[in-house]
Amino acid sequence: MVQIVKPGVLIDFVSKFKIAVSISIILIIIGIGHLIIKGPKLGIEFKGGTSIQLEFNKPIKVTQLRDAIKDSKIFSDSRIQNIGSSNKRFIVYTKVSTSSTTRSIEDKIKPLLKNKFGSTFKILEVDMVGPKIGKEFKDKGIIAIVLSLIAILIYISLRFQYRFAFGAILALIHDVLITVGFLSLFGYEFTLDVVAAILTIVGYSVNDTIVIFDRIREKVKSNRKLSNVDAINQGISETLSRTVLTAGTTLFVVLALFLFGGHALKGMSFALLVGIISGTYSSIFIASPILLLFKGQLMPEKKEVESADRFKQQIEFDIKQRGG
Amino acid sequence: MKTSTWMKLIIVLLVVAIFGVYTLPTIIGKKNTKYISELVGGILPTDTINLGLDLKGGMHLVLGVETDKAVFSVLSRAANNLQQQLLNAKIAADNVIPSSKDATIKIHLVDQKDTNKAIDIIMNNFPNYKIISEGQPIVIKLKEQIVEKIKNQAVEQAINVIRNRVNQFGVTEPTVVREGEDHIVVDLPGIKNANRAVKLLGETARLELHLVDDSVSVADALNGNLPPDDEILYEIKRDPTTGEVTKVPFVVKKEPIITGNMITNAHVMFGGTLNQPYVAFELNSEGSKIFADFTATHIGKRLAIVLDNVIYSAPVIQSRIGGGRGEITGNFTLEEAHDLALVLRSGSLPAPVKILQKVTIGPSLGKISIEKGRKAMIFGALAVILFMIFYYRLSGLLADLAMTLNIIIIFGTMVILNATLTLPGLAGIALTVGMAVDANVLIYERIREELLIGRSVHDAVNTGYARAFITILDANITTLIVALMLYQFGSGPVKGFGITMAIGLLANIFTAVTFTKTVFDIVLEKFRPQRLSI
Repeated sequence: MVQIVKPGVLIDFVSKFKIAVSISIILIIIGIGHLIIKGPKLGIEFKGGTSIQLEFNKPIKVTQLRDAIKDSKIFSDSRIQNIGSSNKRFIVYTKVSTSSTTRSIEDKIKPLLKNKFGSTFKILEVDMVGPKIGKEFKDKGIIAIVLSLIAILIYISLRFQYRFAFGAILALIHDVLITVGFLSLFGYEFTLDVVAAILTIVGYSVNDTIVIFDRIREKVKSNRKLSNVDAINQGISETLSRTVLTAGTTLFVVLALFLFGGHALKGMSFALLVGIISGTYSSIFIASPILLLFKGQLMPEKKEVESADRFKQQIEFDIKQRGG
Repeated sequence: MKTSTWMKLIIVLLVVAIFGVYTLPTIIGKKNTKYISELVGGILPTDTINLGLDLKGGMHLVLGVETDKAVFSVLSRAANNLQQQLLNAKIAADNVIPSSKDATIKIHLVDQKDTNKAIDIIMNNFPNYKIISEGQPIVIKLKEQIVEKIKNQAVEQAINVIRNRVNQFGVTEPTVVREGEDHIVVDLPGIKNANRAVKLLGETARLELHLVDDSVSVADALNGNLPPDDEILYEIKRDPTTGEVTKVPFVVKKEPIITGNMITNAHVMFGGTLNQPYVAFELNSEGSKIFADFTATHIGKRLAIVLDNVIYSAPVIQSRIGGGRGEITGNFTLEEAHDLALVLRSGSLPAPVKILQKVTIGPSLGKISIEKGRKAMIFGALAVILFMIFYYRLSGLLADLAMTLNIIIIFGTMVILNATLTLPGLAGIALTVGMAVDANVLIYERIREELLIGRSVHDAVNTGYARAFITILDANITTLIVALMLYQFGSGPVKGFGITMAIGLLANIFTAVTFTKTVFDIVLEKFRPQRLSI
């Protein structure tokens, strides 16, 4: 039998809480600090503007491309991104967008490029977002994240205990902050896909935390004499091999997306990569030890009835009430 | 075997069969499926999965209807009407000014003594307005629910017109849907000439025929000496060789004689000395009568053909024109004439539209994305499959089968629901692959633990499943919450991501728990093994 974590291993995770918190705080300060100082690099979905993806027949230099378009008012302060390593595909970003149905930005760049490069290029993709809808996208993204947090908070409070909900949410915020910070540090743009990835991390982080919480809850219930610290350490240790395995398989896939998924999935898969590592780490080192910040028993006796059982009892009670 | 095991087996096989049948066309292609389907009497579905624009190329357009302008045109018509009625009642008004900002009309009377008479007229003939000031000026306001109705109708009408135009443009499987209050989302897969399509869809195409007022000199009018029922419009001429643009002003009557909604048909014709394309249109019976009567009484006068406030031509009326036919000439290219005829046929937009978002994706980029997405998915899945077999032996293989079944269910459900697979959606499936085995990892780890403390194989499997199930449920529900939020608040591709994740999670409970447990049950009952390959 192949085993990553030998059975019966007990690691004292709780004692590492202070170190873990310090590392996390430092990472968050660096990442979020960078984000605040440099400002978030918003994708055109959120700030409005136009991106034009071009492909040339033969490799060209970025400076050549810039020279070709810099004299136009629309493209004078545009940003050019080289995609891949072939020097053939580029994205030109400009802040300009037009709401008119009769004029288009790509018609403005075509003659400029034709002058310099002839017809050796083609336009692969044009993405134009007006400033008004950009704000709508932003609002919706924020609503989605906030509502997800609230819904998860309610669900965990119902299924466990408020302190578990507190731990899970704190770990989750930790993961989102780490991911956002890393995205900024590594120069990734915040696009709709990246927001979707951040929401996925929210889901993954909670998923991971819940598995550990579940085991801690079980430990407490099966042995009431167990101290809180021991219950937490045992809970984490016993689920450790699962935690590592799942993180591992998910990371395989996300790494494949990051490496082979092409330009379009880069930002999204990077966010997932960071988020999954952070989510695994925070479930172990942040979410669980936080349970100790509250005094008293982890699962008080009166709460002992499994919610599933309670649900069953409720139904039986209802049936009796209706005389059925 | 026990009956319950039989039941489970039947359910599992049924699910595999149903979703497998729906997934088949996507994997082996429509043609091959049709061939197989014919062998069994043509009962198999042949639809493949819907690809999003980001995967097959095309144009995604979000248009905003300027509903304020629709309200304003109602206000200005009412203002004109009111001015006329005041005039008829011999009440002198300095001006009657509509304002779209607060949906009001301000009436400045010359003599304040007329106020009561004016208010009587308003109360009797303008029931959609409420009077909010009786002083100088009188202010009347369009009722709130009427404003809402006008706005709503404008959007509905705009959708109809745009849908008409899209259908005539000849794109396969276009979609035109309303989103939110005043947005229209248009998806045109595989479109070649995106900019032409945008122009065509966005054209207001309000055609009007106005009488040219020859009693007023253009020079006078430009100096501000314009009669109240006249307006200045321009004819725009473009020199075909130099491209130079000249604007020629005309003084025309404000009130149009014929409007675009009287047009029943329009098409391209060729004529003139150079055999140039022009657009011939036909009027409905009401329009035909008005047109015939008007031309009969105005021979020698000029008639301006106005499209979206631009004069195309202003021919002299030579004789009475019966039969309800007219033509629009201008220096059209064939394409321009074709597009003009199309927009006239499909009707005019009740209010102008603005582009809020436009995404054009070339078909080659879509192919690159699919290729890369597929490659990444295969690499990731292969790594997971091999690892699971390495780590859990035969049980690992079973988990791999469950994962494959999960993907089949995702694809099958998407075909059944007619949902769209996008690039982030593809990433969502890949991610599901990684997380799908999680449930089995949870179960297997638990079974290993139970075996270690000395339980029998039978007991260990049952306890492992029972204990792990609660955890799996909790974990999947929280992730499902997020997937639903993504679906609810995401747009386009992100919605696709939410859908695939949600289906994957729900399917996961079936494949990772029910399916694998059924196989375990059968093995345990049939072979009563003393050791597990786990």
